[in-house]
Amino acid sequence: MIRAHVLICGGTGCTSSNSPAIAKALEAELEAKGLQDEIKIVHTGCFGLCALGPIMIVYPEGIFYSRVKVEDVPEIVEEHLLKGRPVQRLVYSDPAKNAIVSGDITSLSETRFYKSQKRVALRNCGVIDPENIDEYIAMHGYEALGKALTEMTPDDVIKEILDSGLRGRGGGGFPTGRKWQFAKASVSDKKYVVCNADEGDPGAFMDRSVLEGDPHAVLEAMAIAGYAIGADEGYIYVRAEYPIAVARLQIAIKQAHEYGLLGKDIFGTGFNFDIKLRLGAGAFVCGEETALLTSIEGNRGEPRPRPPFPAVKGLFGQPTIINNVETFANVAQIILNGAKWFASMGTEKSKGTKIFALGGKITHTGLVEIPMGTTLRTIIEEIGGGCPNGKKFKAVQTGGPSGGCIPASLIDTPVDYDTLTAMGCMMGSGGMIVMDEDNCMVDIAKFFLGFIVDESCGKCTPCRIGTRRMLDILTRITEGKGQDGDIERLEELANTIKATALCGLGQTAPNPVLATIKFFRDEYEAHIYEKRCPAGHCKALARYTIDPEKCKGCSACSRKCPVNAISGVVKSPFVIDQNKCIKCGTCLETCKFGAISKK
Amino acid sequence: MKSLEELAKIRERMAGKVALREGENSIRIVVGMATCGIAAGARPVLNALVEEVAKQGVSDKATVSQTGCIGICQYEPVVEVFEPGKEKTTYVKMTPEKAVRVVAEHIKGGKPVVEYTIGNTII
Repeated sequence: MIRAHVLICGGTGCTSSNSPAIAKALEAELEAKGLQDEIKIVHTGCFGLCALGPIMIVYPEGIFYSRVKVEDVPEIVEEHLLKGRPVQRLVYSDPAKNAIVSGDITSLSETRFYKSQKRVALRNCGVIDPENIDEYIAMHGYEALGKALTEMTPDDVIKEILDSGLRGRGGGGFPTGRKWQFAKASVSDKKYVVCNADEGDPGAFMDRSVLEGDPHAVLEAMAIAGYAIGADEGYIYVRAEYPIAVARLQIAIKQAHEYGLLGKDIFGTGFNFDIKLRLGAGAFVCGEETALLTSIEGNRGEPRPRPPFPAVKGLFGQPTIINNVETFANVAQIILNGAKWFASMGTEKSKGTKIFALGGKITHTGLVEIPMGTTLRTIIEEIGGGCPNGKKFKAVQTGGPSGGCIPASLIDTPVDYDTLTAMGCMMGSGGMIVMDEDNCMVDIAKFFLGFIVDESCGKCTPCRIGTRRMLDILTRITEGKGQDGDIERLEELANTIKATALCGLGQTAPNPVLATIKFFRDEYEAHIYEKRCPAGHCKALARYTIDPEKCKGCSACSRKCPVNAISGVVKSPFVIDQNKCIKCGTCLETCKFGAISKK
Repeated sequence: MKSLEELAKIRERMAGKVALREGENSIRIVVGMATCGIAAGARPVLNALVEEVAKQGVSDKATVSQTGCIGICQYEPVVEVFEPGKEKTTYVKMTPEKAVRVVAEHIKGGKPVVEYTIGNTII
């Protein structure tokens, strides 16, 4: 009889920090102690606190261990699992609380990281074994599908989704119910349901975590969508770079088939539904819905003009709905708990919760799910734990290369679709890259634009050539060759690209540049007119100087300088020849007297 | 899967197996498992409790866990029952046989087995 469960994260984050080896060691140790029949090891999906991985949770106590190493396993087994004394030194302690008293054993739900969260789409991630359909069913899995098929008409299902106010979580924010309505209204004997799992925004990984931690939730929702619009076939387009997600989806599809939850005559209602996987080769543009469909059809992933929208003429020319993974992860919950329950969370126009992937200069890198309308301050300071090393928070980039940055002065902005769009940013898929005082905003804009230039499919001119020209100007600015009028040129190009590009990728590509110009124009001006990088990040603009007061004339820097740019007479102050200097920073590291500074 | 009943059956079968991970507002049965407890025979008590909780069908409302030394070593094996919103009950000098009764009368029936509690046991 099982008396305790040890949950080990098997998401990509913890897998790369060696969680499989820990699970193996644990298994061997339990056997050695004869505890294998009392204690069960459960491989779960992502808990969200990736920065602290590998993560292990022991139930029923709910003791939360972080950064577990293979060497810690015998101690955990001996002390905790055998004798019932949690290993204090491995127990996660909240950085905000310094007291290490016995009451400090923080169970996961008590941590500041989890307290403000509301887990709907991630409800099963880190709770169930994603490779075991029975555990999903125990958490009321497939009940929503059963309810929809036996008690509801397709119109009832669509009305429920419509009333819930669920909007597309992939970035567009289009009402999901409306999309389904259009597809249902299209007359055809063949329709498709497609799940967009081609998550490509730098820094976003919520779709991966849902697929890895709760794959059945997506399968169930796709079947519900199929019933609602009259489709009997679904495709999941998932990145080949997500091997764990792909493997778990394959297992999940197989198990659902064995139980008859996919396939023919589901729940004896005569409804048939089947799901196929398609692996994307990692092109960013394939996350754009029309390019994704083209890719599934076996062609080069390029977007096509809309209209006709996929709901009318989509995959193989048939009516199709395309929803993002996170959108689907909400569907079964809405059917089970009702539209009213879902609409009670969030703001007037953005209902429910949203998952954000916190990355960059933040203490708790990881995944958080919060009600819409939560302020940035709560997300970054309270849940994320602020910037590490006492640095000052400067801005956060939302929506990846399609979004924009929000400066520290607007930290009390509530996060929802419309507020962010009004600010010229975008919620996007939910990547949040936090930047501190050391980040140069011009360089950030350059980074995202560089990404777009690499990923542009090249079909339309504004995106192919326009973004390249913008990148040229930005590169020039960061290299200290900026010219008067560059900001205006960037703005003009940006607005033209926004107005004329073929697909969403191109239309939103200039956003990072426009947003940084809007909020950090002074940084652009400093680069162009003063040839200075205020954050001290742009190498070409850095200036190393020797303070003659502090210099002892020891000649250490001069001997280390790879280009012999430092000269002087021993025991009197040295000088750096700015024309020769390659700004490598070696002198700064070498000087023992703090005489060299970087500006 | 031909009917909702089949699905419900799987859920019921699994409910006891995952309930362990929810355990928020449920009853906690805690066994003292320090050296003193183990030496006095806490392990068979723990096993009996775990088995009985499952057998008597109360795994959805009670979880069995262990703790260290409670400080009353002469009374070991000690079992404490924590119920939300109530004073805890401390059972002392426990045996597997007593454990069966505690689960049946206290956990299932809601009435503590007074004669096993600390106040009624003389050393």
